[in-house]
Amino acid sequence: MVDTLRNEKTTEDIAFGIRRRVFEHAMRNNGGYLSQACSAAEQLAWLYNEELNLGAPTLPMIPKPFEGVPHAENPNYHTGAGYNGPFAPEFDRLFIAPAHYALVAYATLIETGRMAAEGLEMFNKDGSSVEMIGAEHSPGMEVHNGTLGIGLSTAAGLAWARKRRGEAGRVWVYMSDGEVQEGQTWEAIQCCAHHRIDNVKAIMDVNKQQCDGAMDSVMEVGDLKKKMENFGAVVVEVDAHNLNDMRDAAKTKHEGKPLIILANSNPFHAMPILEERFPRLHYVRFKSEEERARMNISIADSLGVDPIDYAH
Amino acid sequence: MVEMVSRPYERAFEAHAIANPDVLCISADLTSSCEIDKFRDNHPDQFLSMGMAEQNMMSFCGGLGLAGYRPFVHTFGVFTYRRPYDQLMASIAYPRRKVRIMGFLPGITTPGGMTHQAIEDISVMRSMPNMTILETGDATEVESICEAADSIDGPVYCRVLRGSMPRLFDTPIVVGQMRELSLGADVLIVTAGITTEEAMRATKALEASGVSVRHLHLNTIKPFNAEAMLDHINSVKSGVITLENHVTEGGIGSLVAEIMADNGVGKKLKRLGLNDTYAHGGSRAYLMRYYGLDALALTQGVEDLLGQKLDITEKDLTEARVDAVHSLAKAEGL
Repeated sequence: MVDTLRNEKTTEDIAFGIRRRVFEHAMRNNGGYLSQACSAAEQLAWLYNEELNLGAPTLPMIPKPFEGVPHAENPNYHTGAGYNGPFAPEFDRLFIAPAHYALVAYATLIETGRMAAEGLEMFNKDGSSVEMIGAEHSPGMEVHNGTLGIGLSTAAGLAWARKRRGEAGRVWVYMSDGEVQEGQTWEAIQCCAHHRIDNVKAIMDVNKQQCDGAMDSVMEVGDLKKKMENFGAVVVEVDAHNLNDMRDAAKTKHEGKPLIILANSNPFHAMPILEERFPRLHYVRFKSEEERARMNISIADSLGVDPIDYAH
Repeated sequence: MVEMVSRPYERAFEAHAIANPDVLCISADLTSSCEIDKFRDNHPDQFLSMGMAEQNMMSFCGGLGLAGYRPFVHTFGVFTYRRPYDQLMASIAYPRRKVRIMGFLPGITTPGGMTHQAIEDISVMRSMPNMTILETGDATEVESICEAADSIDGPVYCRVLRGSMPRLFDTPIVVGQMRELSLGADVLIVTAGITTEEAMRATKALEASGVSVRHLHLNTIKPFNAEAMLDHINSVKSGVITLENHVTEGGIGSLVAEIMADNGVGKKLKRLGLNDTYAHGGSRAYLMRYYGLDALALTQGVEDLLGQKLDITEKDLTEARVDAVHSLAKAEGL
């Protein structure tokens, strides 16, 4: 662990800071991935502040602009993984499989001292690397995951390779429950089990929401724990807003199998007014100035902060 | 008479993998069909069974590539891009992982019908940024495909032949370098893969009928040296004809058409191949005849191009032997 990065903040402080930043951003930009901050803040705060073994960032605190995609004629291309520290055998790697959580992930980087607050001002601006759907070159990202379902497979390949190379670092995947509708997720779990890949660990935000609305109305996925166990994973269910639950779950033995922590989350956690928008929570765009103002006051009150002066 | 070689891939892959410990042998449940069953048995530590799960396999290989391994993916070509297209794009092509995709049974080289025949793979891969495409046309090219593919700084898709095949060339693949098999001045014939042998037979019959043939064999389809091709196009009087084991859209016919159009070449181009159609299951010889991919189709195409009857028969073509590669008579064609 790099203690210099363990700032004074507690994991609770960081989770609060993530929600505050995403709230501010959504207010200023007339919408955003608010619900993902509600469900995911503790999970990402816990990963970055406690569970992941990461080195100091290797990329500038203020992200560089977009510098081109990977190409034979772009030799200086690099991913945004440097915000998670250098690649070294002992360090962990993290893939944010639902790249739509990028806003929340960027807020986490800021709260954990890995990126400057200016980074969030570049979010979704033309020419910026701080993209709306996290790209490989976006801060904290190492692979493209915007197409849902590919994250766990990529992590499995990397983890198998790291094991073969004798590296102690683990490969963590942040997942979303909507991804289980993709067959590839199940291919990945059975592959990890078959090849005894146990240096893969995943935490899945089980918020039961997807783009079209509540998952049960779009495509029922059944008993995830039972299904995943049958495919060969060790699965632990936790309350996504209870840090001790997550701490304990991560200690679960899973020799020869991948560990998947199902983090049952509340998509309105700490912002109860969002329930008004249920079941369309994927991207909350305010429908009117009246709604924006009302949400501003309500969410600020729920978080215990001042409303945002978004007119300026 | 031409030398026939049995299972050259099997030996070539084993030799290459043993010499390169970061090469991994990946299989998608077609291990013996891709001639890597002995490798699996002899080198289990370097072999990974991914099962019938191509989507996971492609992203998994992306992860292996991220750690510096160079996975050689073995399955039928058609299974490497139709189902896992998204994974191929996002996990391999975009990040330029050094994944070597060994696509067996290109085009109609399988009796398996539509589901097994990779007839549009070149078209798909040509439109995929960062992807390199190589194609093998004989035993020597199959013997050198592993080394050629593994020299690419990025992902590469290879059309690989299996089983018994002729030895037409005696020099390995040089990536980016087309083979000049004849240097005549009337028509330019451009082929790749299994159509090259057909064109070599057709060339003999055409030359016997007084047509001066310039014949190029392509083993590197992307990236492509347009300048060299343009020189050859400019060196013939009567036009260009392409013959491919692939649909006529997006493959080498399109490649040549693009070069001609880009450079304002006002010559006729005839593109032979699967003409906006699927194929069905059958023997290679039957399918090549039925879909017009063989030497006879090529000589008829040349007749169309020249606007004159040459009266070359199937019998003439059967009798037109392809010489053994070491024959002095073919020295210029290597």
